[in-house]
Amino acid sequence: MELFKYTAHQLHEKLVSKEISAVELTKSVLARVDAVEKDVQSYITQTRESALEQAEAVDAKIGQGQAISTLAGIPGALKDNMCTKGTKTTCASKILANFIPPYNATVVEKLMAEDTVVIGKANMDEFAMGGSTENSGFFQTRNPWDLATVPGGSSGGSAAAVAAGEAIWALGSDTGGSIRQPAAYCGLVGMKPTYGRVSRYGLVAYASSLDQIGPITRDVRDCAHVLNIICGHDAKDSTSINTGVPDYTKSLVNDIKGLKIGLPREYFVSGMDPEVERAINKAIEQLVALGAEYKEISMPHTEYALSAYYMIAPAEASSNLARYDGVSFGERIEGSDIIDMYKKTRSAFFGAEVKRRIMLGTYALSAGYHDAYYVKALQVRTLVKQDFDKAFHDVDVIITPTAPTTAFKLGEKTNDPLAMYLQDVCTIPVNLAGVPAVSIPCGFAGGMPIGLQIIAKPLGEETLIRTAYTFEQNNDYHKGFAPLLEVK
Amino acid sequence: MKITREDVANVALLSRLEFCESELETFTGQLDAILEYADVLNKLNVDNVEPTAHVLPLKNVMRADEAKPSLPRELALANAPEQEDGYFKVPKIMEG
Repeated sequence: MELFKYTAHQLHEKLVSKEISAVELTKSVLARVDAVEKDVQSYITQTRESALEQAEAVDAKIGQGQAISTLAGIPGALKDNMCTKGTKTTCASKILANFIPPYNATVVEKLMAEDTVVIGKANMDEFAMGGSTENSGFFQTRNPWDLATVPGGSSGGSAAAVAAGEAIWALGSDTGGSIRQPAAYCGLVGMKPTYGRVSRYGLVAYASSLDQIGPITRDVRDCAHVLNIICGHDAKDSTSINTGVPDYTKSLVNDIKGLKIGLPREYFVSGMDPEVERAINKAIEQLVALGAEYKEISMPHTEYALSAYYMIAPAEASSNLARYDGVSFGERIEGSDIIDMYKKTRSAFFGAEVKRRIMLGTYALSAGYHDAYYVKALQVRTLVKQDFDKAFHDVDVIITPTAPTTAFKLGEKTNDPLAMYLQDVCTIPVNLAGVPAVSIPCGFAGGMPIGLQIIAKPLGEETLIRTAYTFEQNNDYHKGFAPLLEVK
Repeated sequence: MKITREDVANVALLSRLEFCESELETFTGQLDAILEYADVLNKLNVDNVEPTAHVLPLKNVMRADEAKPSLPRELALANAPEQEDGYFKVPKIMEG
């Protein structure tokens, strides 16, 4: 088997036993990028030279008999909204097409301290606004399971890279489902940790009260390894949680006896693919057979969550994106006066979806509408959060589909923003409540992967890992490679 | 209609965006559909419900008032579209 097909923990074993070198591994992944990138288009920027230098440094350490960390020398991808010092960070926006950050995001510093190898910066929906990566200002990433379909979004490049063998692991960011949904569409494990668990310092802001960084990996063990590295308090992010980080690999336990699962009936929405529903029900049966208890629960405010989100996120975005004014960084178009410069710059370089959300958010915050839309959405957010608080009195985890369907065709929803937004219906409430959730593969419909979403209470990542790991170890869904991997 | 073309034109001004006539038309239709959908929020009684702007119980996160290393000026200016004498340069904003 080619090296790019293994998981990170398998490759770590091979590095430690000196069966392979880190340079050999990085070259295998780079050769894979050369072979498939024209079809998949995961990367906005490739960092091949520094990747090989990082790999050489790891080989030197191994050669000197030094211990290496679990992700040392393992090639990964970063979503292009995480600042990398000296390497372009575009957010897939033309307005940042030439932006070279003068500093690293905290997650990047943490990964560098563990000697990871970074292959490149992954494509995404512009400013993380979208669910298909079709809103990238540069090009369209394709799903390695079927090149005519979307990889999901907004972390579509990260997910496609891992599924196609162009990276072994990746980081994404999740504001309304942007890690979990692409992980589901690409047959991968994607976790959005508890809000505040991972520092947002150096993550280009979309909706600050919802954004969270997390891993996209090929199995649950890799997810735990990446979490171990990226979680933790950061003085540079005043919203990061100041409590200790457990060793998540300790939760890789194949046992869920007595686990209480809640199945909220409100998540089985109309328009859901019956095969997705079947797969989720089958997964529940299996978890029960493995010793879990399950009950139906009700989360009555679920139907309002999507509307609340599409007021709150655009409102925060309209404020966050005010900084792209052509003054201190990013592109500029000269105008007759400074206001004209702002307007010309922003209109020329923002894409349609970004403009739509800025407009929607500005409207929701404007005089006369602020109470009717924005404040009301924040009140509904309270009710959505209370639904979760109540549910977690009775159950340990909540299980839902990650998305109502499998990956849809390219172009299918681009002219109907609302239809695109409806794909987020199962993931958005989790961000509003700030709780952690993971998507894991749980079957296929028409050859395309289906994602199972497991949700836990705040700081319940260990429960997520344990539940996900138990399901995974009793199934083979995560072992299937995207067809592209086999054909090419 | 939840939103008119005039509203959209006004929001565009507030957003520092400009649109041609056909774009205004498209945005009005799309924003109207989204606001129509969001109207479901008004079905809910939220009297006496506190708004949640943020899920964490954090308030006034401070650090000690100590000087720490910061970005050197030339790095902070490195991405500036225009700069002069160590400052960001913008078009004139005052008369005279």
